[in-house]
Amino acid sequence: MNAADLLLWVAVPYICLAVFAVGHVRRYRQDQFGWTSRTSQLLEHRWLRWGSPLFHLGAFMVIAGHVVGLAVPASWTEAAGISEHAYHTTAVWAGSVAGVAMVAGLGMLCARRLLTRRIRLGTDRSDKLLFPLLSATVVLGITATAAHNVFGGGYDYRSTVSVWFRGLFTLQPQPEAISGAPLLFQLHALTACLLFAAWPFTRLVHVWSAPVGYLVRPYLVYRRRAGAQAPAGGPTRKLSPEPGGRPAR
Amino acid sequence: MPRGEATIGRVLAQIAMVMNLDKCIGCHTCSVTCKQTWTNRTGVEYAWFNNVETKPGVGYPRRYEDQQQWKGGWMLDKRGRLVLRSGGRVKRLLSLFSNPDLPGIEDYYEPVTYDYDNLVNAPAGPDLPVARPRSVLTGEPTSITWGANWEDSLGGAPEHAGGDPNLTGEWAEKVRFEFEQTFLFHLPRLCEHCLNPACVSACPSGAMYKRTEDGIVLVDQDRCRGWRMCVTACPYKKVYVNHATGKAEKCTFCFPRIEAGQPTVCSETCVGRLRYLGLLLYDADRVGEAAATPDEKDLLDAQRDVFLDPRDPEVIAAARESGIPEDWLAAARRSPVYDLVSRYKVALPLHPEYRTLPMVWYVPPLSPVLDAVGAAGGNSDDPDHVFAAVTRLRIPLEYLAELFTAGDTDVVAGVLMKLTALRSYMRERSLGEAGDDTALKAVGLTAREAEDLHRLLAVAKYADRYVVPAAHKEDAAALSAMENRCPVESSGEPSGADGRRVSLGIPTLRRRAPEAPAGGRP
Repeated sequence: MNAADLLLWVAVPYICLAVFAVGHVRRYRQDQFGWTSRTSQLLEHRWLRWGSPLFHLGAFMVIAGHVVGLAVPASWTEAAGISEHAYHTTAVWAGSVAGVAMVAGLGMLCARRLLTRRIRLGTDRSDKLLFPLLSATVVLGITATAAHNVFGGGYDYRSTVSVWFRGLFTLQPQPEAISGAPLLFQLHALTACLLFAAWPFTRLVHVWSAPVGYLVRPYLVYRRRAGAQAPAGGPTRKLSPEPGGRPAR
Repeated sequence: MPRGEATIGRVLAQIAMVMNLDKCIGCHTCSVTCKQTWTNRTGVEYAWFNNVETKPGVGYPRRYEDQQQWKGGWMLDKRGRLVLRSGGRVKRLLSLFSNPDLPGIEDYYEPVTYDYDNLVNAPAGPDLPVARPRSVLTGEPTSITWGANWEDSLGGAPEHAGGDPNLTGEWAEKVRFEFEQTFLFHLPRLCEHCLNPACVSACPSGAMYKRTEDGIVLVDQDRCRGWRMCVTACPYKKVYVNHATGKAEKCTFCFPRIEAGQPTVCSETCVGRLRYLGLLLYDADRVGEAAATPDEKDLLDAQRDVFLDPRDPEVIAAARESGIPEDWLAAARRSPVYDLVSRYKVALPLHPEYRTLPMVWYVPPLSPVLDAVGAAGGNSDDPDHVFAAVTRLRIPLEYLAELFTAGDTDVVAGVLMKLTALRSYMRERSLGEAGDDTALKAVGLTAREAEDLHRLLAVAKYADRYVVPAAHKEDAAALSAMENRCPVESSGEPSGADGRRVSLGIPTLRRRAPEAPAGGRP
């Protein structure tokens, strides 16, 4: 283990995670107005119609695959009676489908952003950071899988990359676990760290606003006027505005 | 259902509007002043919180009334339950990634500005310099092919107006767009501030809400996440996406003015003085039941039944119970809107079949009928001629019924006859005659009521047309904190300590197109 390993596989990940956490808290408190998916469907919907669902559904599968692959130790899946071969086959097939969907979707979203002039002019600085970084992470990830596990001889990232990943969260960092991994996996891990650091400053924050509460809330929303005092025995459900909330349009 | 049988539930007050369409000359002053006030910003160049359409015509955005295509409003499912036409909650969440029923910018129009600089900077030459149009979205030269009032006064009607979604059914084939045979009227539209707002119900973030004090429907800009389901759900297409901020915006009913007891900008500046603003008291517990009325043609009466008589002692007691202040109750008793909607029943809602229980109502125009009477050689001042014409001239009547009564021509005919009888009676009176009230009796008006309605429709002054009680003093401490500052601030500026500013949502990062002309704004 040398200084470079320490820097790349301990310092960088922790710094990125710190930026991720602090950045989110700060932005949530200071910039509710900017907290949005920044939809551009109004200006272009033909590419978005296919690209966006492909990308998002692919991303959900990819994220689920990463949770299983990185967070669950091989010993647990074996204890559950899943053989290494079965695991590997499932991971490669499901991962390939998800990865291809995500890459195709992201490709279409990037294409419309570059080729549609209306969208390109509406692209702000955070998008100019986010789109290349996200694309790099996704492409490196799918290339690593393709090169080593689909066409290559197979690489057991669960005994190396996953160990490093879990070490970060159990506060027992093991940089040596990843320092021997193939370059593609290392690059993928690094761009992912940078992506997490950039996350709170981009439109990716809309992920945390996924409106699952909509499934159970009453259809009609009443609110008192901002700043108004509720009379005793007020007539309606009270849904007080956020503290410091902006009066609405 | 007579009131008194059912107990009164939660009483809420709503600022509602009525427009007398006979007086609308289609000058667009309301639209322009609204635009100057609210939407002269990047991101909402294409949005008109108030617009004036010519009917028949496809409207703005194009064919917005075709709910088979746009899936706006509510409908009853097979079991008679009230559901959003755009689908249930799960379906809505699944279409977050790409909303299949969202109008594109081409369904509104491409906003343009002009090369104004060229007018003053062009080199000297034999020809007058011109200001050519440029797209605001791309900065490139463009040709103007559509707009918010493209079909003004039936312009292009032979080509386009047949696409009006209200022209359905056999009678529609008789609508002609030849100059001598057609009819037209102007329809100013703004957010309906519905009692059962579909946009609010469709908002996944819960950012949209209806205010309990005055019924104004608003978007909380801090909680909107840009899921754009409200645009689809609103059958009037009066919620817009700001493409610069990625958030929804809509007509605010000029709430800062309403809170100060002033009429909305569109009402204040209405040249024809056709708008009325006033309070309506309604029973919030009966909104859902009314919106789920099985027969579309009963929706009008169902909605009128939700409104409460502000002079009824039981209603007054229930309203006090619900915390409505005394001066608001007094304003409700003077409300011109209550008189037009419930007392004289001459105002009708726009498309009640959308089941949102809209709160901007219209006195239907008599002029298409009167024009037709005159064209047929009749005397448009003789009620007999006009009564006969109202029922015989099926085309305008069926068209108006399609707009205002879910197709029930009897209701529209009743209102038009009432207006005709009133007109002829008051004409006799103002010519010094006693006035023959047989026609009045036929439409259920007494001489005194006729005088009263005539005053309201024809000579009402500012204070009679706009009865807007100010927001309550004890609530208004926060309002006064705003008075000393510019209410227009951008998102990048630090928030005031009281958090009570009116942000107009100007994005921190403005669109910068280097080739965009430096000329004026669209």
